[in-house]
Amino acid sequence: MSTGNVTTRVLGIAALATSAAVAVLGLTVTPPDVVQGELVRLIYIHPAVSTIAFVAFGVTALASVLYLVPRTRARRWDLLAGASGEIGVVFCALSLATGSIWGRPAWGVWWTWDARLTLTALLCAMGLGYLAVRRVDLPVERRSMLSAVVALAILFVVVIDHYATEWWRTLHQGDTLERFKPLIHGQQLMTMLLSFVAFGLIYGWLVIHRFRLEQLEERVETEGLDHALAARRAEAAEPGPAPVSAGAPSTMEAPRP
Amino acid sequence: MWRDALLMAGKDLRIEARSRVAANQVAPFALIVLVLFGFALEPDRSFLTQAAPGLFWVAVLFCSLLAVQRSFAVESADSARDGLRLSGMDPAGIFLGKAGAVALELVGLEILLTFGIVVLYGTNLQGAALLLAAAATATIGLAVCGTVYGALAAGLRVRETLLPLLTLPVVAPVLLGATRAWEVALGQSADDGWRWVILLGVFAVIYLALGVLAFGALLEEA
Repeated sequence: MSTGNVTTRVLGIAALATSAAVAVLGLTVTPPDVVQGELVRLIYIHPAVSTIAFVAFGVTALASVLYLVPRTRARRWDLLAGASGEIGVVFCALSLATGSIWGRPAWGVWWTWDARLTLTALLCAMGLGYLAVRRVDLPVERRSMLSAVVALAILFVVVIDHYATEWWRTLHQGDTLERFKPLIHGQQLMTMLLSFVAFGLIYGWLVIHRFRLEQLEERVETEGLDHALAARRAEAAEPGPAPVSAGAPSTMEAPRP
Repeated sequence: MWRDALLMAGKDLRIEARSRVAANQVAPFALIVLVLFGFALEPDRSFLTQAAPGLFWVAVLFCSLLAVQRSFAVESADSARDGLRLSGMDPAGIFLGKAGAVALELVGLEILLTFGIVVLYGTNLQGAALLLAAAATATIGLAVCGTVYGALAAGLRVRETLLPLLTLPVVAPVLLGATRAWEVALGQSADDGWRWVILLGVFAVIYLALGVLAFGALLEEA
């Protein structure tokens, strides 16, 4: 059974194509920066990855709220929250890694106790906690409720963390695209925007696959044994050669009803 | 709800008073942590004095984990948890009572730890209003937040490891806020200490609301 379908194939091809375009544009076409030189090329990865990480956690929080509200409660919201949360943690870790790689030559340190870095690291840790709750040995419905509550709590804590870390210290540069007139070259801006599209497509592709995988996992968990039993019974009921299994003599006949 | 909360807090505190786990194990643990910080960092007084607020709150954080774990361990023995659910007490009351008991235990530990940093790190106590306000809000925040996650993790096979993983990142703003406020109160920083107290208060209120609303579900679920 596959987790792919037409949508994921189209998304996957589009993601590959845009990623390739970003790579070509980012590595060869766009000029190096006046101040940062070749380092500026990280702008085609890091901002997009970080943004997608926050989007992914946002989707998790939203889906968790939808799951907690009795009127909209449905399995799909829980599965979406889990799928998006997992990808959020991956993108969060990638964001920290690419940020570190950029920070080392630009700021002279791998890590600094800047507000945004600290917030991202905390979010990553809380995301890991959320994934741990999703893996506890409880019946599906109960586990979904617990994970939804944990995700909702993370949402509030992120807001508080935002203020706490902002007041604590700020070193990170401001948003590049926030200003009315972006301070970067036209080609650079286009490549950067394209990188957002590319990583957005990758996120969408991953979420769909992960969502369908979770559906299958849940089926294995809930109907796995029943299904296997039914299959064995059907085998036993059907006249005909028994399935060849390792070590079993091939001449063995299936029991007849 | 308030009557149930008082009953619950009274029960938990009575168990602590009789078993003396908090007094005989958690309190010495807290002091050992302070001594270990002294070993790990420069035993030079001025540095320890500088770092005292942060070390104090890290020690309180560790102790809060122990207190919360203990608070739910007493419910797991002899299926006391089922008894609790059968008792017909208001879940919000149970939550407030448990959190209140944890908070009071933490207050006791904080008093002890304050003596600890005065004696071991040479801290000069001052700015009492800010010191107390920050300590009160931070303690309530730690207690309610810990109780929410304690209830969530209680009864699970992985509770010992899950509780710190869930709680520590979430209480990071409490550590940050309480430490900064104490630094201001002790005259080590010129920041605005009261806005940190407000932040601590907001944190406490959020988890208080979450606990009051969701504790019934958590008690059933776990």
